[in-house]
Amino acid sequence: MNVTVRVWRQEDAGSAGRFETHQLDDISADMSFLEMLDVLNERLIEAGREPVAFDSDCREGICGTCGLMINGQAHGPAEATATCQLHMRKFSEGDTITIEPWRAAAFPIMRDLIVDRSPLDAVIEAGGFISADTGGAPDANLIPVPKTVSDAAMDAAACIGCGACVAACPNSAGQLFTSAKLAHLNLVPQGQAQRWERTIDMVETMEAFFGSCTNYGECEKACPKGISIDFIAYMNRDFVKAKMKNRKLIGQKFP
Amino acid sequence: MSIQLESGAPGGPIQDSWDTYRFDTALVNPNNKRRFELLVVGTGLAGAAAAASLAQLGYQVKAFTFHDSPRRAHSIAAQGGINAAKNYKNDGDSVYRLFYDTVKGGDFRARERNVYRLAQVSVNIIDQCVAQGVPFAREYGGLLDNRSFGGAQVSRTFYARGQTGQQLLLGAYSALMEQVAKGTVTLFPKAEMLDVVTKDGRACGIITRNLQTGSIESHSGHAVLLCTGGYSNVFYLSTNAMNCNVTAAWRAHRKGAAFANPCFTQIHPTCIPASDEFQSKLTLMSESLRNDGRIWVPRDPDDKRPARQVPEPERDYFLERRYPAFGNLVPRDIASRAAKREVDSGHGVGQLGNGVYLDFSEAIGRLGEAVVRERYGNLFEMYERITDESPYQTPMRIYPAPHYAMGGLWVDYSLMTTVPGLYALGEANFSDHGANRLGASALMQGLADGYFVIPYTVGSYLSTLLGQAAVPTTDPVFAEARASVTSEVDRWLSTKGTHSVDHYHRELGKIMWENCGMARNRVGLEKAITELPQLREDFRNNVRVLGQNESVNQSLEKVARVDDFFELGELMCRDALHREESCGGHFREEHQTDEGEAKRDDEHFAYVGAWEWSGHGEPQVLHQEPLEFDYVKLTQRSYK
Repeated sequence: MNVTVRVWRQEDAGSAGRFETHQLDDISADMSFLEMLDVLNERLIEAGREPVAFDSDCREGICGTCGLMINGQAHGPAEATATCQLHMRKFSEGDTITIEPWRAAAFPIMRDLIVDRSPLDAVIEAGGFISADTGGAPDANLIPVPKTVSDAAMDAAACIGCGACVAACPNSAGQLFTSAKLAHLNLVPQGQAQRWERTIDMVETMEAFFGSCTNYGECEKACPKGISIDFIAYMNRDFVKAKMKNRKLIGQKFP
Repeated sequence: MSIQLESGAPGGPIQDSWDTYRFDTALVNPNNKRRFELLVVGTGLAGAAAAASLAQLGYQVKAFTFHDSPRRAHSIAAQGGINAAKNYKNDGDSVYRLFYDTVKGGDFRARERNVYRLAQVSVNIIDQCVAQGVPFAREYGGLLDNRSFGGAQVSRTFYARGQTGQQLLLGAYSALMEQVAKGTVTLFPKAEMLDVVTKDGRACGIITRNLQTGSIESHSGHAVLLCTGGYSNVFYLSTNAMNCNVTAAWRAHRKGAAFANPCFTQIHPTCIPASDEFQSKLTLMSESLRNDGRIWVPRDPDDKRPARQVPEPERDYFLERRYPAFGNLVPRDIASRAAKREVDSGHGVGQLGNGVYLDFSEAIGRLGEAVVRERYGNLFEMYERITDESPYQTPMRIYPAPHYAMGGLWVDYSLMTTVPGLYALGEANFSDHGANRLGASALMQGLADGYFVIPYTVGSYLSTLLGQAAVPTTDPVFAEARASVTSEVDRWLSTKGTHSVDHYHRELGKIMWENCGMARNRVGLEKAITELPQLREDFRNNVRVLGQNESVNQSLEKVARVDDFFELGELMCRDALHREESCGGHFREEHQTDEGEAKRDDEHFAYVGAWEWSGHGEPQVLHQEPLEFDYVKLTQRSYK
């Protein structure tokens, strides 16, 4: 098939960007979207022009490294599909495809289609863990976890940290990512000891980087793993509870 | 320099080896621990687990990853599960049985005492991960669920849906990030290690290139831990992630670390075949599909009818025909070679004739579509996403693909390479899987090395360095190493050739796959050993790397990796050529039984082949570590 791509080019965070248009002939419909970009790059290099920089690694939808705005949709038109799992057969002969990086104030563009997503790591660093130093753990079956709880935690833990939720949100909010990470740990019995402290720390770090949630729901639609926005409600509820439960903080850190 | 391959494992009863080692090892007291700086390269399961655990002990740790976040490492893609000898199912499992299965599954080419320790600490791994909140699958009563996996007769595999690797890595990553928050680990994302620095024969630091700014940086430490994964991408097409490479391990090899058993690579039988020339990687479909799917090809090579129209008598269910006892459930290496035989003889299916059918129609008839959907629904969906064909309607097409490297840097019982102070953990070392890895054992080994082995063993080396500061980065050895990395970068940027890096990587992959893939023979290996240096010469003179060093430059990142793959590829072929036997993933066509099965030669080849670097363009020197089997009886594997 033949397609035209309008692809975003930008030297670095400080430079102005622009769209570049390329005609791509003889693309196989069985190619993945990123393989189409590989072909574009191969042709650019043969022509002596610098290839388009874009991130990807596992190319099977689990590492969360890839992520492109394709025709204005995070990860493109296919539902619950990461960019690397999208195939060219989802497009039609003669289509013009617009390819942009994630657009969010928290994610500065490093080059072309690559953005810096380190604020997602900052949210985890703030409290996205259960403190359990190596060696001291009791036998695994001493902590029974009801199957329903474990399944719900796994639904949240499936998040791949790609940042599509932020990119899709008109407010560039980080709620879906943060709530998925938080819910995973707050749901399981092992996570209870740090539950309220974790909630405050993660939510407040999130707010330092990202916009506010106004319930558009675009994040859920864009999520390649289909993470439910119910987790955002769960996080909000835990945040309110945490404000009450963290008694040592009342009247002190948060007047 | 002469290399001594002493495992250093304590003698006596194997059950006591690890206890003896731990008791005999000098400890580093807590006040001294904070005076030691440790560099951990790679943040997958082994690296993240090691960095977090060592920081908890009080060491000063620097962790390096070339990804934007530690959580991207390829450990994340492991689907199936992780083994542990918990015996929660009361079905006869034990540490000894896991040890036995692993040595036997590795076709008797692993070091017994290392494997025994792996089986011992496997139970602690599950405890540790559960404490971190890893959402393993549960029974309705809330206890942990298990399933069975290839090469074992017990249910000892713990899993988290089809995303076990992801959940274990997120657990290790969260432990790592907690230490980053505490300031005990300094994290360096987007930093690719390009050299190991040594002084007086000891590892004292590394040189990294920042993939964002291009800056070439020195880092010094008392010890360096390489947790940098495997090298299956030498084949270009593999199930590994795009960025997996051998560079860190290879640079260590060039600084004196012996490289062991490079020809032991694993080919996974159930992957989706390539669809065109521009295919960038292959996708694995879980081995569990072979429980209900039947593998076949049309009897007539010229039969181009759609699968459904080929009548039953004209189908050849070749695994069931050749291996009536195990049928479609023969081990990975055997299933892979059988499929290759069919494709090579022209029976391959699909547009490119490069696959065999994995057919579920019989299972759907027997169990009903609903049951099949429940068991394999997510895999069928993944297959359909990639191929646009529904396995409910038409058989899947599958073909084997490179998947895992059993070979790697030689390490002793303490995981130290032949360079003092330089360690290798996880897939980057050679130690535990012999010539073939069993399913669900890679995650186990990565975490065992990181959580439970290195925190003890590194102390035995560090205790000899008490009171010594790390070699400062102002030392001339660092300037020298930095200069060599810088000149390499300049070399690539000034080559001004015509072809892309990928072009050469693909060509390299073709040679490797054809001659050093699923089946090897003398003629092919010798041909590859002649062709590889020629292609490498062409590559070094005619590759085109555009752009500059001082910004994101993905061609520049790739070019050095491919250069190292060339040298590794040649060594793999030499290793495969010298090993005149067939064992596990290494199948030499000259060495097979009358029925076409692998024929080991324990008399001559029951050793680890560790190669010592002797300069660019010079063949490496082989050293041997004899393997002794005091506990597991050497037998021929049979699946008839």
